[in-house]
Amino acid sequence: MREFVLHINGSHVSVTASPEESLLSVLRDHLKLTGTHYGCGEGQCGACTVLLDGVATRSCLTPVGGVGDTQIVTIEGLEQNGRLSPVQQAFLDEGAFQCGYCTSGMILNAVSLLRKTPHPTDQQIVASMNGNICRCGTYPRIVAAIRRAADGAAQ
Amino acid sequence: MSGRVDSELEPFQEERWRLLALPLDRRDFLRFFGGGLLVCFVHPAVAAQESGRSFGGHPLPRDIAAWLHIDAASQVRVFTGKVEVGQNIRTSLAQLVAEELRVPFETVTMVMGDTALTPYDMGTFGSRSTPTMGPQLRTMSAAARKMLLEAAAARWRIEPASLKAEAGKVIDPRTARSFTYGELTGGQDLVHVVSDSEILASAADWKIAGTSLPKADGRDFVTGRHQYPSDIVRENMLFGAVLRPTGYDATLVSLDSSAVEKLPGVQVVHEGDFVGVVAPDGFTAQRAVSLLRAQWKVPAQPSNRELFALLKDSSDPGDGPQSASGAVEQALAAAPIRVDQQYTVQYIAHAPLEPRAAVAEWNGSNVTVWTGTQRPFGVRDELAQAFHLAADQVHVIQPDMGSGYGGKHTGETAIEAARLARAAGKPVKLVWTRSEEFTWAYFRPAGVIEIRAAAQSDGKLVAWEHHNHNSGSAAIGTPYVVPAQLVHYHPARSPLRQGSYRSLAAAANVFARESHMDALAHAAHLDPLDFRLKNLADARLRAVLQAAAEAFGWGREKSTPARGFGIAGGTDKGGYTAACAEVAIDPAAHTVRIVRVVQAWESGAIVNPDGLRNQIAGAIVQGIGGALFEQVLFADGRVLNPRFAQYRVPRFSDVPQIEVVLLDRKDLPSAGAGETGIVVLAPAVANALFAAGVHAPTLPMAPRTPAPGASAPPLWS
Repeated sequence: MREFVLHINGSHVSVTASPEESLLSVLRDHLKLTGTHYGCGEGQCGACTVLLDGVATRSCLTPVGGVGDTQIVTIEGLEQNGRLSPVQQAFLDEGAFQCGYCTSGMILNAVSLLRKTPHPTDQQIVASMNGNICRCGTYPRIVAAIRRAADGAAQ
Repeated sequence: MSGRVDSELEPFQEERWRLLALPLDRRDFLRFFGGGLLVCFVHPAVAAQESGRSFGGHPLPRDIAAWLHIDAASQVRVFTGKVEVGQNIRTSLAQLVAEELRVPFETVTMVMGDTALTPYDMGTFGSRSTPTMGPQLRTMSAAARKMLLEAAAARWRIEPASLKAEAGKVIDPRTARSFTYGELTGGQDLVHVVSDSEILASAADWKIAGTSLPKADGRDFVTGRHQYPSDIVRENMLFGAVLRPTGYDATLVSLDSSAVEKLPGVQVVHEGDFVGVVAPDGFTAQRAVSLLRAQWKVPAQPSNRELFALLKDSSDPGDGPQSASGAVEQALAAAPIRVDQQYTVQYIAHAPLEPRAAVAEWNGSNVTVWTGTQRPFGVRDELAQAFHLAADQVHVIQPDMGSGYGGKHTGETAIEAARLARAAGKPVKLVWTRSEEFTWAYFRPAGVIEIRAAAQSDGKLVAWEHHNHNSGSAAIGTPYVVPAQLVHYHPARSPLRQGSYRSLAAAANVFARESHMDALAHAAHLDPLDFRLKNLADARLRAVLQAAAEAFGWGREKSTPARGFGIAGGTDKGGYTAACAEVAIDPAAHTVRIVRVVQAWESGAIVNPDGLRNQIAGAIVQGIGGALFEQVLFADGRVLNPRFAQYRVPRFSDVPQIEVVLLDRKDLPSAGAGETGIVVLAPAVANALFAAGVHAPTLPMAPRTPAPGASAPPLWS
């Protein structure tokens, strides 16, 4: 067990954990940031996606010992002063969920995509979102939401 | 493992009425909610005994199905044992209440699936919430509105008929004076009991129901604020993990837990063949389980290789044929057009993205469990039985969960968490791993379906024989007009634990029947749509077939070996649906891709068009998995593909162009729409493949990997 100081959603947070413990487990079990979800534990579903220095990362495959001083953003950190981020708002506007369990990971992966590629084609959206599973099958709405967020940013 | 479809999971054709006391007594109730108007819905048979009971002073009725409370601030709370699992019922039921009660939608809060707060409910399955709970809530709401109009009329000493209810107020249109509902109820203690006799608003006049209101609490789902069952946190909570046997029906031969006993903060719980651990966090709990050394004895068990022979050989006549009419053998023998075919269906997994999860907390001999289930009251009873408790010592809470699709009817995780929490003396959270979810949940039944059918040379059906071995009887009867019929579901000995799945066996039976219809149409040299319409009297099914065909442009293009067009229709649980599909085939690469799907849907009056569209489109996407590639591979009591890396589910890249056509029948009662939307995708795709020259009478049709020991490689891989 070691003490780590993590930079999460703009704050420094101290946590005692085993270095090989996954960031997902640290976020959920130690820090009660339960908006990041477990879906498979092997990087196949994307439910656990967080941003590390702005890049979508599978927290289930990321040992906390390797995080260092990267800036971690979880779904709880996207809303600013009561204002949803454009991608969150677009998901809400498109009704791009059913049970919503995949939504955190979908949103963070989309944020990462739009940061790198502000105006993605549908093919680029599909290619970069393909590692995220929605068992309710709301994929077309998620694509529409990402398109909406990208279009909104263009205006 | 069960011999057949678990009796508890047996498809419920109709939800039986079962009545239990209001969970709260009157004192609790007033403490919880203060004064106000309480309206309870009771079954008509009970209503006869309860009649005249109204307005304060009386004990609460014993047997109610749902209830509604309006407080002094005009806030409306509605209590039902139904649960929200992503099907949007929390929103659509609130719309129906707001509509009949004439209050703003935002003032209605649905309290759902909590065994201490809501009336008993058998569970959320069979697409019953909309047709059963919908009218009950509407009736309560209409009765409450009537009482409020009468209360205002009494205060103003005028006739109730001269007043109107609107936006949470009773208004006197002549003077423009008004009372809010809260002003009319506040401080008082009003109780009213209703049965299903109120006159409800016609769907044609709906203003709140029938509109595309967004998901209730939608913001909580994009901010991570919503707490799923696996997100529940309790003070001093520990984390559990369970040691799983190496196969089904295993017995524990030996256990060495010495390496684990040394870990700080870790406790091993060993009771018979149950071995689990509790630890300060989930990571440590999983690591501790991996350090347990256990030997299991696993009996020899069958694999996919023997599956279909086993199902057929072990099946029995069950309750006899579902329908039998005319001289089937004679008609089959005499008719000029005859097609016989066997269809097979592999087991598939629900694989909800949130695996089974529970948090259990004991308080003396009482236990509270937060868990994801479609049957909170069923899980309460399972817990009571497992721990020898009375039902009222068990409190089950169902936070809106990461869905179930029929897969979360049972309470095994709740029992395991409660067992660990009892041993630990602290609250315990248990979240199944993905591989546990794939292995130790239950599956959609596999099946063998045999159809023999015949038609006259003009394409009129004359005989239809449909045997389903094991997969189930839902939608087993043909909707087509056939004079001689034998339709028979044969229960069988299932080698894997099986249970409900979205639409039950309707997906399998409709797949086989609609595939068979195309084979017959082909033999009769008729267009598949014309052939169906020629043999179909059901106006609602005809309407969706025609709507799908029209939107798709059916018949505009002919199928080729590289490109196929297919159509299929079906009805079950009050929903009518038809789909047209276009597939692209690459014979060289042995691949098939679904290019485009147009699906028409009709289930009476639409309560929320956008929510319904979301359900039907979602069913199409989910249906792609069972149609093309999902299958549980198993041998010797083990699942061989218990990971998303091995069990392929539909992803973004599998999604075709989708168009959903909704038919709104405001003249018909609203039916449920969570399930039947999934039944036509597979046969529409099968028929598109068939039209392109590929015959695939199997679900899945294009498995990525061959079943272990399969004699031939899959056609499409």
